[in-house]
Amino acid sequence: MQQVAILHKPRTLVRRWPADLADRLFVQGGQWLLLALLLLGVLLPLTAMLWRGLAGDPGQGGGLAAASELVASANFRWLLGNSLKSALAVVLIVVPLAYAFAYALQRTCVPGKGLWRGISLLPLLAPSMLPGIALIYLFGNQGVLRDFIPDNIYGFWGIVLGQVIYTFPHALMVLLSALALADARLFDAASSMGASPWRAFRSITWPGSRQGLFAAACLVFTLCVTDFGVPVVVGGDYQVLSLEAYKAVVGQQQFGRGALIGLFLLLPALLSFAVDLWLRRRQRDAMGGRAQVYHPQPSRGRDGAFLLLVLLVSACLLGVFGMAVYSSLVKFWPYDLSLSLHNYAFSELPGGWLAYRNSLLLATCCALFGGVLIFLGSYLLEKTRQSPLTQLLRLLCFIPMAVPGLVLGLGYVFFFNLPANPLHGLYGSVTLLVICTVAHFLTTAQMTASAALRQLDGEFEAAALSLKVPLLRHFFRVTLPICLPALLDIVRYLFVSAMTTVSAVIFLYSPDSLLAAIAVLNMDDAGNVGGAAAMSTLILLTSAAVSLLLAGASRGLLRRSQAWRAAPGH
Amino acid sequence: MFKRTALAAGLLAACALQAQANTELTVYTALEVEQLKPYQEAFEKQNPDISIKWVRDSTGIVTAKLLAEKDRPQADVVWGLAGSSLAILKQQDMLVPYAPANLDKIGANYRDAANPPAWVGMDVWAATICFNTIEAEKQGLPKPTKWEDLTNPVYKDKIVMPNPASSGTGYLDVSAWLQTFGETGGWAYMDKLHANIGQYTHSGSKPCKLAAAGEFPIGISFEYPAVQLKRKGAPLDIVLPKEGLGWEIEATGIVKGTDQLEAAKKLADFAASREAMDLYKANFAVLAQPGIAEPFQGLPADYEQRLIKNDFAWASENRDKILAEWRKRYDGKSEPVAQ
Repeated sequence: MQQVAILHKPRTLVRRWPADLADRLFVQGGQWLLLALLLLGVLLPLTAMLWRGLAGDPGQGGGLAAASELVASANFRWLLGNSLKSALAVVLIVVPLAYAFAYALQRTCVPGKGLWRGISLLPLLAPSMLPGIALIYLFGNQGVLRDFIPDNIYGFWGIVLGQVIYTFPHALMVLLSALALADARLFDAASSMGASPWRAFRSITWPGSRQGLFAAACLVFTLCVTDFGVPVVVGGDYQVLSLEAYKAVVGQQQFGRGALIGLFLLLPALLSFAVDLWLRRRQRDAMGGRAQVYHPQPSRGRDGAFLLLVLLVSACLLGVFGMAVYSSLVKFWPYDLSLSLHNYAFSELPGGWLAYRNSLLLATCCALFGGVLIFLGSYLLEKTRQSPLTQLLRLLCFIPMAVPGLVLGLGYVFFFNLPANPLHGLYGSVTLLVICTVAHFLTTAQMTASAALRQLDGEFEAAALSLKVPLLRHFFRVTLPICLPALLDIVRYLFVSAMTTVSAVIFLYSPDSLLAAIAVLNMDDAGNVGGAAAMSTLILLTSAAVSLLLAGASRGLLRRSQAWRAAPGH
Repeated sequence: MFKRTALAAGLLAACALQAQANTELTVYTALEVEQLKPYQEAFEKQNPDISIKWVRDSTGIVTAKLLAEKDRPQADVVWGLAGSSLAILKQQDMLVPYAPANLDKIGANYRDAANPPAWVGMDVWAATICFNTIEAEKQGLPKPTKWEDLTNPVYKDKIVMPNPASSGTGYLDVSAWLQTFGETGGWAYMDKLHANIGQYTHSGSKPCKLAAAGEFPIGISFEYPAVQLKRKGAPLDIVLPKEGLGWEIEATGIVKGTDQLEAAKKLADFAASREAMDLYKANFAVLAQPGIAEPFQGLPADYEQRLIKNDFAWASENRDKILAEWRKRYDGKSEPVAQ
């Protein structure tokens, strides 16, 4: 710790911008543009929705009287308690597991890292319905592993299991970022001072990654609290708050009640924002300009133990998704288990392949535009002087994580379909689907970008300044290449999320822009579980192929731009 | 040369005419996907100058979308949505009252009572018990024939039904029991039934799917998924309980604010016509025009007689009260039951 303090000056000393116009334009203009986009894509639609909750007519369950009645009811406390209990359980399982998994990939010498990483991302690649179907086929009353569990899967443990699978890659992404870079000099110093590996972990790795750990915990917690996809499928009678919002909107068309509950679901994210802010003050840059990249040395015991863990987690995930793919090939579960491809005959369905093509288009647009925008935005947040504006932007970036997709989607309907809104021409267009999807998945992407950027010392910018290099050029020449892995992560994350998303866009698609994941929902709704599993599998394969392609394409780029990572000292 | 130019000009003019004559109707629906194509083809054949653009989703989502878009409606017509949903739209003053050409042929209880009606029915779907015969044999369960049978302790944790707070079908069941058994008797019945419920689902067709897959041997659902799943080879018996079936109507209405009112009226005419009924007949055993429906394979002949006398006004007026009572009785308690 001592060394860290000596090596790194506090941030405030580093940031001192000259009145260079181009830089100012880039930073200030960029930040204001970002603010405008966030207002449009996040805050205003949400306000339109929440307005219905607080001022809406009582006929739709809104208004202050309805709010106080809701909070005072025993039913609400029961739902809230259930939500907190299951979300906490998921955090306690996922975060340590993901931390160990990320540690194994970043700080040990386990073989086959690329493979494990790929497998760990599986839950991101398919609509959440797919693991739901798999869990029921595995542990349901007719499940192949039914005899291994005492009671059936429906209920508390069903929700926890489903959400562990769902949130694991999200937590892993943040933690991989947090553990990505380390200064080898610190570890050298630690070992030359005779510190044990455990001691080195505690005083170097832990302080450098605990903010990421906390961010991951917050992310997982909020994802769980706001998710209704898992509880709907395997929740049984164990009801949670997000499901109540879903029931209010879809079951009873009580937008007011749905919005009020949505308001409560915002609280955990706001809380974690406050703590994140507090932690940020205490965290110092981990990666100085003179840092050398840490490369773990082989250690048999450690590597063996971590390999075992990684194998176990991967086997579980492969089991679940293998079962899901199998379910798409079965003729009629569980009474006719012969295999066939007839579930894949999408051309016989109205709009069958159109939905798939639309999803590809949406995902590509989200990945390209969203990826660049979010990364640039994060740079403007992390590498400029902190001001009330950057804090506000940061808060706005946090909000989407806390908003159930259903609430966000309805907000978009209320806001963009207002007759007075000059942008109402967007309503029903693919553009609006892109905006909504990027906004929906903004938080994780922005957290990944920020985590990567925060590990770069402000000294880089200081050096650019003293060399009179425009900040924009510095961004493209230095920051972007260094952070290319993180940027590609974001692009991939946005692509696969757009392929699989349902909850927000279900209110926004038009006949021409039907999406594959919505087709999955419709097929399941119509009793065609095999077709739903088949389309999900197709989405899974597409996402996996694009991820592999991205990885392959970036490899060449990386080899050139990331040479410094491998370079022996200076 | 001249000929070619003339031909090209003629083609162009034809295209322009086509574009001019072709009115596009945006139609919101909750019909099953496979029903859309034949319905659309038949209508467009009769009205070559009008084409249909579907927006299809489940009843809850479509209703929510319609209500959310109230300030600037996107739909021209609603064709194939639950009567109770259309009643909400009527309440919100979102429908254009219109008497379609064949209104006098539509059964009096299968349309909005006002004149002209805000919505007109197409066909009827009713509560049904899906009973998995393979699982029943394995677990030694007798086949139920009436609602009362389902309270038999032998069915403990074997029954699934839709949660009335999440699904219109679920509410249909609850309101039908309250009407059939009376308020006190209805709640007493549900108390006993609750002891046997393995799970409350969030969609109306899910219980039948769960029954078809043997997840739970008995599902309280409605007949459309039951018939469909049976055709696909599910080992299901379709039980229509003797005390009477709660039912709901699929209906058509014109959305207020449409700029295609004439085309919309044509669609409303078609939806209530004999031709349309002949199409509905393939999917439903009870139609809004009496005397057309044919006996349905897998359904008893006296199906229509088993429908209860459903008081829709009462059901919608008391919905909030009934749901609150339901929540109080069965939501909070379901946790200890599950453990």
